[in-house]
Amino acid sequence: MILYFELFLEFFKIGLFSIGGGLATLPFLQDYAARTGLITEADIANMIAISESTPGPIGVNSATYFGYQLGGISGSIFAVLGLVAPSVIIIILVSRILQKFKSNSYVDAAFYGLRPASTALIAAAGIGVARITLLDETLYHLTGSLSELFRWKHILLAVLLFFLIKKTNKHPVVYLAGSAVVGILFHFAGV
Amino acid sequence: MKELVTLFLTFARIGGMTFGGGYAMLPMLQRDIVEKHHWATEEELMDYYAIGQCTPGIIAVNTATFIGHKQRGLIGALFATFGIVFPSWVIIMIIATFISNFTDLAIVQNAFAGIQVCVCVLILNAVLRLFKKSAVDAVTGLLFAAISLLSVFTNLSPVLFVIFAGLFGILVRCLGRKNVK
Repeated sequence: MILYFELFLEFFKIGLFSIGGGLATLPFLQDYAARTGLITEADIANMIAISESTPGPIGVNSATYFGYQLGGISGSIFAVLGLVAPSVIIIILVSRILQKFKSNSYVDAAFYGLRPASTALIAAAGIGVARITLLDETLYHLTGSLSELFRWKHILLAVLLFFLIKKTNKHPVVYLAGSAVVGILFHFAGV
Repeated sequence: MKELVTLFLTFARIGGMTFGGGYAMLPMLQRDIVEKHHWATEEELMDYYAIGQCTPGIIAVNTATFIGHKQRGLIGALFATFGIVFPSWVIIMIIATFISNFTDLAIVQNAFAGIQVCVCVLILNAVLRLFKKSAVDAVTGLLFAAISLLSVFTNLSPVLFVIFAGLFGILVRCLGRKNVK
């Protein structure tokens, strides 16, 4: 029981202090690893690899993974509950306040500035993903030849997808599934 | 009860299809939450993301809690939140139990490399849609350009950008109103 409570508390802390998305939880996990010795750096690396190739938020994936490794199914439940509890509490408070001040002109003016900022941050995150997906910067630095910088297969698929989505406008999962098949057929990871 | 189940199932579906965190969730939210269920507008989605950036917790969970709470109060928030985490929980448990070398499998690596290309394009499309609704004039257009460039080329925290943009919005709007008077 003490272990479950500890898992809940540890991930509650991670949920509370990681502002701005899943990868922000990593330093906290590393700290937990160093402090308790219950998990290793290799475990963390393994967990990131699994998180990145399975669906779902990385924070939830890591809470499930470590909770399960340390305390079985109940361990994973307590870890995930701990992780989401701060979000739920804080967002419900914010949501209540927002509903009250919805028609306040200052709140309205703040959102006038927040919306382009929010879009810009999403755009920047997209550019970050595109950079590692469509370009091969390590190979470019190694060979110095500019044509090695671009992953042509990936870029071709991206352009095709862009026009296909414009034309057909199906549910995103259709394109995700199609891309997974293309990735397997044309060895997109090079293996 | 029926609406609560719908909340859970909708967010479970989104959680099960989101590869790569909160941003990759956006195209799914636009499709299922805005277009299909009309639980939020595109503008509200941007608000939730902006708030999610500078409040603790995972953006995906924050957004689900927001929409669930708006729809059905506290209990709605819980159903939506459990929905978004449920698929990850199941999938990771299965992998942790049965497949010790999951990420070494060539088929997993290749499939994921293909999915990642798709995620880029989906995010680009989502941004184009949001851009039309958020960059509504020259001021917001410039703000968008400035923050995109700064967050690509510097390591400044998103929290700073969000706080600055909120204050900037209040300043511009309130000064603007005085000038009109």
